[in-house]
Amino acid sequence: MSTEWTMVIGLEVHCELKTATKLFCGCPNAFGDEPNTNVCPNCLGLPGSLPVLNQRAVELAMAIGTALHCDIRPSTFHRKNYFYPDQAKDYQISQYDEPLNVDGYLDLPDGFRVGIERAHMEEDTGKTTHAGSSGRIHGADYSLVDYNRSGVPLVEIVSAPDIRTSDQARAYVTELRAVLVASGASDGKMEEGSMRVDANVSVRRGADAPFGTRCEIKNLNSVRSLGRAIEYEAQRQITLIESGESVVQQTRHWDESAGRTSALRSKEDAYDYRYFLEPDLVPLVPDAEWIQAVSDTLGMMPAERRARLAQLLTEAGGPSEAQVDQITTVVDLGLDDLVVEAVAAGVGTALALARTANEAATDAEAARVLDPKAYAELLTLEAQGSLSATQAKAVLADLLAAGGGDPAAIARDKGFEAMSEDSLAATVAEAVQTNPDEWSRFCEGDDKLAGFFTGLVMKATKGQANGKAVAAELRRLRG
Amino acid sequence: MAEPARLTREDVAHVASLARLALSDDELDTFTWQLAEVLDHAADVSSLDLDGVAPTAHAMAVTNVMRLDEPQVCLDRDEVLAAAPDVEDYRFKVPRILGEAP
Amino acid sequence: MSALGSAPRPALETAAMVRAGELSAVEVLEHHLATIEAHEDDVRAFTLVTPDEARTQARAVDAAVAKGEDPGPLAGVPIALKDNLCTRGLPTTCSSRILDGWRPPYDATVVTRLAAAGAVSVGKTNMDEFAMGSSTETSAIGPTRNPHDLTRVPGGSSGGSAAAVAAGFAPLALGSDTGGSIRQPAALCGVVGLKPTYGTVSRYGLVAFASSLDQIGPFAGTVADAALLFDVIGGHDPLDSTSLNRPTPRVLSVLDEGVDGMTIGVLAEYLDGVDPDVAARVHQAAEALAAAGARIEEISVPEVALGLSAYYLIAPGEASSNLARYDGVRYGLRVDAEDTAGMNTATRSAGFGAEVKRRIMLGTYVLSAGYMDAYYNQALKVRTKIIEGFDRAYAQCDLLLGPTTPTTAFALGAKTEDPLTMYLSDVCTIPTNLAGHPAISVPFGTGDDGLPIGVQLLGPALAEGDLLRGAAVVEAAAPPMAPPALTASLRGGSQENREGVS
Repeated sequence: MSTEWTMVIGLEVHCELKTATKLFCGCPNAFGDEPNTNVCPNCLGLPGSLPVLNQRAVELAMAIGTALHCDIRPSTFHRKNYFYPDQAKDYQISQYDEPLNVDGYLDLPDGFRVGIERAHMEEDTGKTTHAGSSGRIHGADYSLVDYNRSGVPLVEIVSAPDIRTSDQARAYVTELRAVLVASGASDGKMEEGSMRVDANVSVRRGADAPFGTRCEIKNLNSVRSLGRAIEYEAQRQITLIESGESVVQQTRHWDESAGRTSALRSKEDAYDYRYFLEPDLVPLVPDAEWIQAVSDTLGMMPAERRARLAQLLTEAGGPSEAQVDQITTVVDLGLDDLVVEAVAAGVGTALALARTANEAATDAEAARVLDPKAYAELLTLEAQGSLSATQAKAVLADLLAAGGGDPAAIARDKGFEAMSEDSLAATVAEAVQTNPDEWSRFCEGDDKLAGFFTGLVMKATKGQANGKAVAAELRRLRG
Repeated sequence: MAEPARLTREDVAHVASLARLALSDDELDTFTWQLAEVLDHAADVSSLDLDGVAPTAHAMAVTNVMRLDEPQVCLDRDEVLAAAPDVEDYRFKVPRILGEAP
Repeated sequence: MSALGSAPRPALETAAMVRAGELSAVEVLEHHLATIEAHEDDVRAFTLVTPDEARTQARAVDAAVAKGEDPGPLAGVPIALKDNLCTRGLPTTCSSRILDGWRPPYDATVVTRLAAAGAVSVGKTNMDEFAMGSSTETSAIGPTRNPHDLTRVPGGSSGGSAAAVAAGFAPLALGSDTGGSIRQPAALCGVVGLKPTYGTVSRYGLVAFASSLDQIGPFAGTVADAALLFDVIGGHDPLDSTSLNRPTPRVLSVLDEGVDGMTIGVLAEYLDGVDPDVAARVHQAAEALAAAGARIEEISVPEVALGLSAYYLIAPGEASSNLARYDGVRYGLRVDAEDTAGMNTATRSAGFGAEVKRRIMLGTYVLSAGYMDAYYNQALKVRTKIIEGFDRAYAQCDLLLGPTTPTTAFALGAKTEDPLTMYLSDVCTIPTNLAGHPAISVPFGTGDDGLPIGVQLLGPALAEGDLLRGAAVVEAAAPPMAPPALTASLRGGSQENREGVS
């Protein structure tokens, strides 16, 4: 991409709220159930049915607004009218000109601030499957509709067009996802569709030129495809302009396997949605007391959580570059409480952070519900040298599978009795006696040979020996 | 408020397509004069100066009506699907769809 | 004395006797089923009569009484339900082909409340398709006839319910009133019809026409019976977000408190252009109220003249959206086509009648880009002005009085060619719906043609108590009206149309 071109990017993120029931009826909000089992007169659009707003959904939407520093305002619901078979009533109930949350912002980990124009509530559609060779809508012989998802609560978060690079776009979605998870509003699972991203992309020459004509890209199913699609789309627009053509305002579809976008429809086809106030619902007017109560229940946000871990490391000399990455990982995965509780129980911050980012993170879902006390005990055993790193990993796997347990007992069951000092000393002594040349050089100051002897001891003990204890015994023998 | 232009046959055809209704030429003619007559009668409303008057969408001023996030019993799937014109694989079957949702 | 064999017994009396074990619910039901059997071919009040289900309900009421239980305030009282009220497992068609064969998997809240009160439902009544009309002539199965003159309309849209009560098919019926659809047919058929305050009766399970205006209400032969039924169906329902969560007026207990000390305004605008015999009855009713101690004043609310226009922008706007769901995907009629959009169009074009199409298109037009402000939003502002006008009037008086309709029942077919003339028959009922207020039509003698005239009392929100007290006074002073003769039977007619909706 030629250097004079810059991108202008705005993102629209749809996030499914983690409620027990749907937005306007008491059907379960669940993913993956048998088709058309979680349905009632309301979410099937049966004649005579009426919507009733889910209070929990409103509070989660307010929590998102609070986390994104929005003004939470009196709001109303409108009907967005269009015919489509996945839309049970052939209109969608959505907040239109009076959304619940407006004018907020999200700070990215590097300090860059992205404006949030609005975060409003709306209902999801049913799910359409296309029957035919392609599996896509084009070329399908017919389609099948499942209304289980119909009426699932969504919040649509619309950013200001403040984002300038695809990296920033990815960082925004990653950080927003972490905020949604931390606020308890969403599970943030892009792969299950509980978080969906549309990107508005335009290009211009230089950083101060007026915005160019934008295109909206749909079907971005991962942070990776978001980055790829933005890069592709920006380059497509630049090529068009540089060849003397102009960009047409369009909605475009991202094809992940082909790595390209293609036109879905242009602005001239803009649909007349005939928005009007939903007469079956009444205005939503949160008062200051309610807004405060929601804010009070809101946990720490990712930025605050990262700062908390960095602070713990500052006391121990400050985070290294690798540790900054580890901090981001554990906070994004919602595992930072494990680190903090382990440190509070006396475990070193560096060990707790590294084990959490590298080991617990491999099964983050299980780690999020792991008993923190058991986890701290495990790290303590490792720090004391009672368990080797390899043994500790094996015990952790069992803890994660069970959600907790007694690490010492698990270690015993696995036969991970820490080697007695005598038996360790005997093994080290044997390694020294069978390798007199290396031992002489070690005694003369070649410290690299400590690794050689440790390796021999580990081999002899099948990894059961504690590395630190071996090093201490070697130093003792050298005198 | 400026009065809108009189309803034309083309307007009626456009509206019918938005509303997914197919009209014969005769129906189009009849509906055009009938709707125009109603809209002409509504000129007493559309021509009024009502700047500054708040619209009333709900006659009774009620706010914050909500329910608890508690699951209710769903409909029996067999009963739901028995009402459907066409079903396959426990889903509602429709002919091919020509485009994405607008 | 009645052509129907025996004088109809009021619901209040029937329920009291059934509860006391002096009358069996089955006996009451069989009497009414026999009346239906004898005259339904002439009146055509029903889309569906359900004798088997009714007998089951009636036997259950009798069994409860036999066990010493109280079946409730409507014990054993037959009732007819407008066919836009969802009844579990029973066809609910809104008199439209598009809902052909649809059986709701759930009951409307009012249906549940009726069953809990011991009422016995005898069937579903004919109506203008999706409640869009003022004569029951837009029904897909053909019109209901006015029991007082079978060549005349019963009014609409709840024409079947009004006719069913007038013909003695049931002492009670439920209708829905969006722009006058209870009061206008009640007036034309010579029965009592109450449109309650918006939000006092749950709309859950009422198939929507215009959601911000629709309200379910009672038809009855007497004011007391209407009060009894309102007390049963009213009250908060958590399934309807617009249901008022505050005490609903209980009206039966205050009925005989009279109007002494009330101020009642005769609404000047409602007397503009009405037939002289209708106007004369309104003045006669005013005299009766004065004689009972009310102060009568002439009141002007000029804003109500804008009601008709505003209504025909707002109601179709909401309707165009409410009726989008009839798309051939999930229930009801489907007419096949190559693709889904084509199937939607084929289904809707075949399933909806002309009046419904007209209103859907009108509503789509007034909500569409470029016209929304001039029409729909402007109409919502007029709604504000109408409410302000009524507020001014109610600062001066407790109730308003006027005619329910400008004329008595008109001939079948008289207004079907020109929609606007049909719409004008609701001119005196529409402003009440726009304001969300209650109003009641009470039979008050006949016109020069011998057909029933209804006078209308209007009140502010939640003034049902005052309204019913006034209605009781008017009823007591009403000139006599002969019961329906049901002699001018029009055999032949459009018999084949009756197969249209099953």
